[in-house]
Amino acid sequence: MEVCGGHTHAILRWGLDQLLPPAVRLIHGPGCPVCVTPAATIDAAQALAARSGVILCSYGDMLRVPGSSAASLLAARAEGADVRLLTTPLQALAIARAHPGCEVVFFAVGFETTAPATALLARSVRAEGLTNLSLLTAHGRVAPAMEALLQPAHCALAPQASARADSPQSSVGISAAALAAAPTPASPSALGPGSAVQGFLAAGHVCGVIGTAELQQLVERRGLPVVVSGFGPLELMRAILACVRLLEAATPRLINAYGSVVRPQGNPAARALLEEVFTVVDQPWRGLGVIPGGGLALRESYAAALDAGRRFPGSGAAQGAPAIPSAAVALAPPPEASAGPCIAAAILRGEATPLQCPAFGQGCTPEHPLGAPMVSGEGACSAYHHYRSPQGSASPASAVPR
Amino acid sequence: MSGRILLGHGGGGSLSQRLIDTELRPLYADPTAPLHDAASLALPHGRLAFSTDGYVVHPLEFPGGDIGRLAVVGTCNDLAMAGARPWALSLGLILEEGLELTLLRRILASVAAAAAECAVQVVTGDTKVVERGKADGAFLTTSGIGLLMAEQPIGPGRISAGDQLVVSGDLGRHGMAILMARHGLDPHPPLLSDCAPLWPLVEALVARGVQLHCLRDLTRGGLASALHELAMAAGLQVRLSEERIPVSPAVRRGADLLGLDPLHLANEGRMVVVVDSADLEATLAVLEPHGGAWIGAVEGEQGPAGAAAHPAGPRLLLRTAFGSERVLSPPAGDLLPRIC
Repeated sequence: MEVCGGHTHAILRWGLDQLLPPAVRLIHGPGCPVCVTPAATIDAAQALAARSGVILCSYGDMLRVPGSSAASLLAARAEGADVRLLTTPLQALAIARAHPGCEVVFFAVGFETTAPATALLARSVRAEGLTNLSLLTAHGRVAPAMEALLQPAHCALAPQASARADSPQSSVGISAAALAAAPTPASPSALGPGSAVQGFLAAGHVCGVIGTAELQQLVERRGLPVVVSGFGPLELMRAILACVRLLEAATPRLINAYGSVVRPQGNPAARALLEEVFTVVDQPWRGLGVIPGGGLALRESYAAALDAGRRFPGSGAAQGAPAIPSAAVALAPPPEASAGPCIAAAILRGEATPLQCPAFGQGCTPEHPLGAPMVSGEGACSAYHHYRSPQGSASPASAVPR
Repeated sequence: MSGRILLGHGGGGSLSQRLIDTELRPLYADPTAPLHDAASLALPHGRLAFSTDGYVVHPLEFPGGDIGRLAVVGTCNDLAMAGARPWALSLGLILEEGLELTLLRRILASVAAAAAECAVQVVTGDTKVVERGKADGAFLTTSGIGLLMAEQPIGPGRISAGDQLVVSGDLGRHGMAILMARHGLDPHPPLLSDCAPLWPLVEALVARGVQLHCLRDLTRGGLASALHELAMAAGLQVRLSEERIPVSPAVRRGADLLGLDPLHLANEGRMVVVVDSADLEATLAVLEPHGGAWIGAVEGEQGPAGAAAHPAGPRLLLRTAFGSERVLSPPAGDLLPRIC
């Protein structure tokens, strides 16, 4: 499985899957940051954007993704909300300075790649003493999600519904302990029925930040190879070859095939920022359920002043909860990853390819998406739509059995 | 005059008159001629091409151009794509109250320079001012008349199986320059828009006797949108060779950074030329010195009555450098940068 949506797009873009022998099948993983952002969090962002005097800022891709209704932040903007596209969180500082009478909310999503920039924003807001800038965060952690995907579907990936009973606060405070506790050991043969994954291509840019220690632990606990890969076609082919060799030799190891960027210790400055600003929490991923240790929430020392949920108590999106806690907003019920015949959840879990979806290219297109993976520049459905022709594809994509 | 555009500048009174006299008259062929409600033009022989376009670009000034240059070059290029030599232009200005006069002067100077470069005359115009907040600084509209110079009509209807595709230069510069400026990215060395007139290249092709089947300037949506549209219109399959499509390293890097496809990026001085394979060599002889390149061919079967079809249906395919093949889709909407 290539975990990262950037890998999925590169594979489809270069047609690498067509070049592989039939025995090697690539399963597309859930590593598309906007795809796994819970619908309820997007609803919360839309609710905040709809408030008068609020300027809601986020990344471009995030603006197009539908929440639990079909509406997106771009649609909210068309209806009059002040929604702005940023390429880096620090741009929010200038907006907050320029609009002292407005409340600026940065909707922070993404994995460990974008979380350090959010952390830098949090630190800058505090250092500058800005009082009109707050954060709505839904940052995910990739390694716990990889581990969860290996579990039989019924055990690690709690169904979305089970999250409904939790109060939003319940996740805050579940910390690194969740991570440190070694899950039940399992041999490759004991992998759950839901998982066909025999090896991982790990997301190069995430590893550039966090390093490789977490993945090393994953290899040791799960006994399957993990190869850190870059995003160029040759880098991906090299990583796939390394993974195949490890499988053939039955020697599960961690290989860093992206040494030009990834150091074992990661980026110490970025990790220090993460540690200072965030704490590890259980987090629901859209389509996947609650992932133990799968997210980052603001530490109390930052949340007190910067959490948008506390800044705007009683916001409709909090669904009766007193506040919108960072990240934990998502514990409000995300109805599903998608609407109607869309199978986004199965696609995000790697159980199906977009071509197996009855809606793909028919009722669901980038112009009229039913699910987030069709919207995002890193979603698997968008990759297939852009690079594979629905009618008589340029080359048949291998089907993945359920 | 004060330093900014006021509502009164569009009111039709003395402020309007002064704006016209000091800023707009110099654009016209004879700045001293009395103004009238319409220009009268002496028609040369032959057929005319007529085109119109509205220009809304943010920022108004960008690396390598501004909205003034864009408004002249864009409409002239549309005329050139019909095989017409640009001849006369109208210029409509919708200005936002508060627009700095110095900026307006720069834009108008740019209109004049671009018109001279395109050898086209601005013959009529209009100016309106709207309240602050109701426009993004300035919107421009130009309509243009061109003199058709090609013997045969040029258009998608003439595309046939076996035709060859040539682009006139490297792709994506304008779109990337705008995105960089809009998102506060500042590449070194600076990346300049490709905004430039295409008629000189078309004229050179016509002069060389090249039978131009179709021309398309690669504006919004880039090469992907333009060729997708042509493949659908012609009912044929277009197969491109990715390695041959010229994209500068700077554009490629920027596109990688933002998660965008260079073939989706807008151009304002690039076209794709569809010619019979017999004319390929002559076409390349004209365009290669300007950075042009062969990029692919049209495939399909020509029916008896000229009806063309490809068994797999019309589509746009791209052969990658690795020998794999994929479809090339047009962008769905606005190009938005990815997250990570």
